[in-house]
Amino acid sequence: MSKTDEKSLKKVCIICAKGTIEDVYATLVMANGAVMEGIEAKVFFTFFGLDAITKSQMNKLHTGTVGNPAMRMPGGLPFPTILGMLPGVELGVSAMMKSQMAQLDIPPVDEFLEMITAGGGEIYACKLAMDMFKLKKEDLWEGVSDVLTVGDFYGKCGGENTQIIFT
Amino acid sequence: MAEKVFAGKTVQVNDEGYFTDPSQWTKEMAVEMAKEYSIELTETHFQIIEFLRQRHMAGEALTIRRVGNAGIVDIKGLYQLFPGGPLKISSKLAGIPKPSSCV
Repeated sequence: MSKTDEKSLKKVCIICAKGTIEDVYATLVMANGAVMEGIEAKVFFTFFGLDAITKSQMNKLHTGTVGNPAMRMPGGLPFPTILGMLPGVELGVSAMMKSQMAQLDIPPVDEFLEMITAGGGEIYACKLAMDMFKLKKEDLWEGVSDVLTVGDFYGKCGGENTQIIFT
Repeated sequence: MAEKVFAGKTVQVNDEGYFTDPSQWTKEMAVEMAKEYSIELTETHFQIIEFLRQRHMAGEALTIRRVGNAGIVDIKGLYQLFPGGPLKISSKLAGIPKPSSCV
């Protein structure tokens, strides 16, 4: 990407409100991809997305196996929703997702967040969702910059060539 | 495809300025190319560049994580060495293609 192009993206503000592996990783890949391109990145975790920055949960994320029509068996056959309801299936599918990602050198959540902050990316938690889930700042990953209201977060999303992305 | 002159030699580069033939690369060219990014190449820069070239020649897809784990500098260090493009700018200066990985 050319830095002289006046339309170049300068900042992305990414909001993650869900806590499944795929939602969280979509957020992390986009945030990391931004800082690697020299684009400023600020990430706001809210609602179930807070799991991604909660110490006790961040490396135990799952993929939902129910109600996802895009889910397939290895080999491409459809994955019946009723199968996803069986005990242990969600765990197995999640383990498989993680191993597939590890093969592509995609790190665990905590290490991925460290990569983003190493590049200057900033990680924020939503105050309202924290209150709702009875979470305290000390429950969060150490690299979280701050707990913000939505207004505070918007306050950080100004400037030309800035985009807000909701994953 | 275009031609550029670095350190007195003509080399082939693509539209984005990446070498199309890594064997044309020399250290002197890297020093000259780095000026465009206002980077003064140090021994550590060259260690990274050498690592990238070696891994590329070995046919490996490079990720920032792999470079950060190479034992030269950590990822934060990479951002300091190559501001605004820890993998992209370093690959360009190393005379290898633009990294195709999203991580």
